[in-house]
Amino acid sequence: MTDIIVPIKQVPDMERVKFDTETGTVNRSSASGEINPFDLNALEAAVQIKEKLGGTVTTISMGPPQAESALRDALSRGADRGILLVDRAFAGADTLATSYTLASAIRKLGRFDLILCGEKTVDGDTGQVGPEIAEWLSIPHVAYVSEIKEIGEKLAVICDMEGDRYLIESGLPLLITVTKDINTPRLPAFADKLKARKAEIEKWTAEDLSSVAELSKFGLKGSPTRLTKVIVPSEEGRKGEIVRGNPEETAVRIVDALKEDGILESVK
Amino acid sequence: MKDYEGLMVFAEQRGGKIHPVSYELLGKGREIADKLHVELSSVLLGNQMEEEAKELIYYGADKVFLYDDPGLKEFDLLNYKHNIVKLIREVKPEILLFGATHLGRSLGPRIAVALNTGLTADCIGLSVDEEDNLIQVRPAFSGNILAYIKTSTRPQMSTIRYKVMQKRERDTGRKGETIKKDVELVDSLLTIINKERSGEVNIAEADVIVCGGKGLKSPEDFGILQGLADLLGGVVGCSRPLVDDGWIGKEHQVGFSGNTVKPKLYIACGVSGSPQHLAGMRGADTIVAINNDPSAPIFRVADYGIVGDLYEVVPKLTSEIERRHSK
Repeated sequence: MTDIIVPIKQVPDMERVKFDTETGTVNRSSASGEINPFDLNALEAAVQIKEKLGGTVTTISMGPPQAESALRDALSRGADRGILLVDRAFAGADTLATSYTLASAIRKLGRFDLILCGEKTVDGDTGQVGPEIAEWLSIPHVAYVSEIKEIGEKLAVICDMEGDRYLIESGLPLLITVTKDINTPRLPAFADKLKARKAEIEKWTAEDLSSVAELSKFGLKGSPTRLTKVIVPSEEGRKGEIVRGNPEETAVRIVDALKEDGILESVK
Repeated sequence: MKDYEGLMVFAEQRGGKIHPVSYELLGKGREIADKLHVELSSVLLGNQMEEEAKELIYYGADKVFLYDDPGLKEFDLLNYKHNIVKLIREVKPEILLFGATHLGRSLGPRIAVALNTGLTADCIGLSVDEEDNLIQVRPAFSGNILAYIKTSTRPQMSTIRYKVMQKRERDTGRKGETIKKDVELVDSLLTIINKERSGEVNIAEADVIVCGGKGLKSPEDFGILQGLADLLGGVVGCSRPLVDDGWIGKEHQVGFSGNTVKPKLYIACGVSGSPQHLAGMRGADTIVAINNDPSAPIFRVADYGIVGDLYEVVPKLTSEIERRHSK
């Protein structure tokens, strides 16, 4: 029996989301929300472990009320329980406050064996929340796991570190962050989608966490990092020269240009 | 906050070798330290690393805190964390930098929480404002935006992307001090059973990438790209569909779900340029795009675009470079 917790985040669909070049803002209404793609790999890994060993998969998300749909999606993909941490007090959180809030909710849940996180989110791109949760809970973690070799009393995983593959063994509890290589997430069955639509999503507020957390560490108040400016980089730094002519002429022009720019010398 | 002064760089070693990102951070760190008139130190954990500690001084450190113990030979998360956190509480640097490598991005967050301070991930720019606060610049939303971030707590912590900062010239005349620290070992809880090189191409570190996309007609045609890549001392990359079709290994994949690359020269052959692909390669210094569709999005990020058939253009490009080399 393995009780697994999977923290998930609702993110905008990166294929559709629009960015305002003038103001540097992200138009979140331009794209529908979905589960962060990397979290789907974590969820799939969790469901596979449950299918093998028994146990439960609990998903937790911190976000606005509409993040409920991401938790329903997780239920349709095999999670047993969905908890939404929703409160204005949680808003404006950086990774330190986010990880603290999620860790507090996990503490309130009590017993668990394993926490599975995606490697990073596609909007924040930090990859920090997983390891930070582990530190708040004083448990070890292994990041960038591409394979779970063994799971039972102990866990053996492959951790990828830029061309080095480490086989690492650990006892439980443990937190791991998984890469996209670990599996291919399943698609939810229609019947499971229907069931998830009717399931209850539990909602916890800051007050609900007060027995396990300091409220001053939530949200903007608990966030030491501040966004001071955002810019949407344009590609105007690029030369954007379209080279015309037959293949021979274009090849000569490109090689000339790369020579002029000093590129060919710098790469040899 | 006034108690905190100076910069510290975490020196990453694997297999007893310093990762080059650490020298780059010392280069940037030196620049900021000189501006703030403070000291630049470095912390190095490993086994028999005294010679490498000197290298850190040659590349800009004033002081190296050395933790030398057989137990620290390999990356040991909890022991690294324990000793570094203890050192930070003692030395109190105002800025603490890590390379945004897998190791740095795994270790950094734990140290940030232990010190209850802010950490900014994967930065590509660092400077200080008029009040000497650190300004950290990082891409977010898969590289679609650049965020400027300040930290109100100390130390201000960041992980910095590899190959963005400039290392200094190695100066063996530079003087500095190596301070050997007592190592405290705690229960590491994680055991490394085995370590192997995957033997895969390391596309993330390549200087030249010749990338194939859906314009390729068969897996064998990677040979055409390989010829050009070999000539330029580079490697072959690909966009996601070719990995999905099993034409080539995932270690070659460039893009959001593959590898983020930053070569000096990127030659995209038959790559249309989906947002996911662009997110992985827009950091290239120079981009050349060859595609027979003039409306392909790849042209919008290219320095040089050729509207044409890659099967005609790439061989000509290869022979033209060969011809000039042999001159």
